[in-house]
Amino acid sequence: MRKDATAIPAPDNALLQMHDIYKIYGEGSTEVKALNGVSLNINAGEFVAVMGPSGSGKSTCMNILGCLDVPSYGEYLFRGVDVGKLSLDELALLRRHFMGFVFQSFNLLPRVSALNNVELPLIYAGIKRSQRQKMALQALEIVGLGKRASATPNQLSGGQQQRVAIARALVTQPSLLLADEPTGNLDSSMAHEIMHELKKIRDESGITIIMVTHEAEIARYAERVLYFVDGKLLKDGTPDEVLT
Amino acid sequence: MNALDTLLMALQAIARNKLRSFLTTLGIIIGVGSVVAMVHLGQSATRSVTESIASIGSNLLFVMPGTSQRGPGGLRSTAEPFEMDDVIAMRNEISGILVAPSISTSATVVIGNANESIPVTGTSNEYFTVRNHAVEFGRMFSENELIAGDAVCIIGKTLIEEMYLGQDPLGSTLRVGRTACRVIGVLEEKGQSMGQDRDKAIIMPLKSVQRRLVGKLDVQSIFVSALVDGTTQQVQQDIESLLRQRRHIDTPKNDDFYVRDTQDIAEALARTTNTLTILLGAIAAVSLLVGGIGIMNIMLVSVTERTREIGIRLAIGARTHDVLTQFLVESIVLSTIGGLIGLVLGVGGTWLVTQQLDMPFVLSPGIMLLGFSFSVAIGIIFGFFPARKAALLNPIDALRHE
Repeated sequence: MRKDATAIPAPDNALLQMHDIYKIYGEGSTEVKALNGVSLNINAGEFVAVMGPSGSGKSTCMNILGCLDVPSYGEYLFRGVDVGKLSLDELALLRRHFMGFVFQSFNLLPRVSALNNVELPLIYAGIKRSQRQKMALQALEIVGLGKRASATPNQLSGGQQQRVAIARALVTQPSLLLADEPTGNLDSSMAHEIMHELKKIRDESGITIIMVTHEAEIARYAERVLYFVDGKLLKDGTPDEVLT
Repeated sequence: MNALDTLLMALQAIARNKLRSFLTTLGIIIGVGSVVAMVHLGQSATRSVTESIASIGSNLLFVMPGTSQRGPGGLRSTAEPFEMDDVIAMRNEISGILVAPSISTSATVVIGNANESIPVTGTSNEYFTVRNHAVEFGRMFSENELIAGDAVCIIGKTLIEEMYLGQDPLGSTLRVGRTACRVIGVLEEKGQSMGQDRDKAIIMPLKSVQRRLVGKLDVQSIFVSALVDGTTQQVQQDIESLLRQRRHIDTPKNDDFYVRDTQDIAEALARTTNTLTILLGAIAAVSLLVGGIGIMNIMLVSVTERTREIGIRLAIGARTHDVLTQFLVESIVLSTIGGLIGLVLGVGGTWLVTQQLDMPFVLSPGIMLLGFSFSVAIGIIFGFFPARKAALLNPIDALRHE
């Protein structure tokens, strides 16, 4: 039972810990508290769904969790490192080595082959070309697109594009996969396929997955659901507890 | 990220949008092309002027009545012309020189059905040496022909081509003005010189032109050649003092004649063409600058258009300077490619023009290097601002960008 997240002491195997996080935009009368004192821990290997109405702060929370943004106040520890104290380049290095991102609109580079898209994070990681291509191809095979490696995004269906995006997120073998409404642009059967895929990947590799979604049906693939309202973490529990 | 990957990434981005890349780089192509072509053409022109002056004859002095500074109204016409006596005095009193008096006019020349207005020069046999324009076929004037002012002439190659249609003119008769004139020789080919066809000429004895064509016994100008190199200046002074004495002039200030050295003329013309070269080069450099602004413009558009791509790159671990380098390298590659194409086109264009205008083709590695490095510099300078703009994007905003 995790009704009140702040009351839970951080276990030793926590991958990430948020302590009383605030994110404030604007100043004075126009001040908006996108996050209003959020604390939570997520352990390695968890599959977490983040839900809430728009403007509830779930996206802001995701951005901070993904080290794309830093909190205004509060402490965010990723693998024990205080992210708030890092420079922009250090944040980039954290993302490079420990995180993978999957977006609602796939965000693949247009007119670039699936293989080259998947290869991209490895280029920044400074891995040699021959090894890079081998790794990218392996990642594509994991998501079942080994045979479409040379196809460009516009030659692939939405589901296939999202698989390429997942391959790109996984190719660096990160410890955290952040998915921002990964099924938002897909039809329902495709959405379920992608969710099966994600679940399978988590089961096989033990990666931690944090996923923002609007749909309760999709959230049920996760074992834990965080429900945000007005910048606060309102509910935290299993899908059955949160979604009923 | 190593240098090769960065370069490949830039080439990939450029290849993704070929038409735009081409249009972007077009400004640089035109800029570098015109700088290279203009400066090269200027140098060719300078060389051409120098060469054609050398072909007029070296150690050559022109002696003409009038003043060298032509004021309003042209003092030249009021000065007293030279006479044959002046020429004889020069020959007698100054040693180590060849003197050729000359009078020039233009006459209608008729050969069979062909008729054309041709420059006619009356002179002596010294002319062929002094003006470095020898008689190739036939012979020079005989002493009798010179003294009597016979109707004989030596013609240039152009007349043979255009009026004799290639037939042997020696011994034939042509009409110069109203005088029937026998052809006794053909001048060697000289080609174009400063816009004039030196082969389109008829040379006659001085007296023949004076009496038969002009009707005056004036000597219009005198060509003098110093036989020993390096004595031109001394000869010039000797001529000046001799003429002053003969024309009763007290100080050089009041000279009503002038003596010009071909060297002076060559230098003056070279200065003019150099100034023109610098001017044209500067104008071309402005177009290069405009090309640079074009690159900046398109790179800025490209950064805006690819904001989402930049967001993706930042999200998957690109650092600020990775993005900066990527866009900077892209613009440098674009401008470098443009510079290379411009270089080739500029040199090619220069070659074409020099071939058409019959000028010497001069290649200057310095100018080529300068034009090329300028294009690279422009890529760096004008690529930096857009690249910085890209690098400083916030990943969250960039990812949300539509």
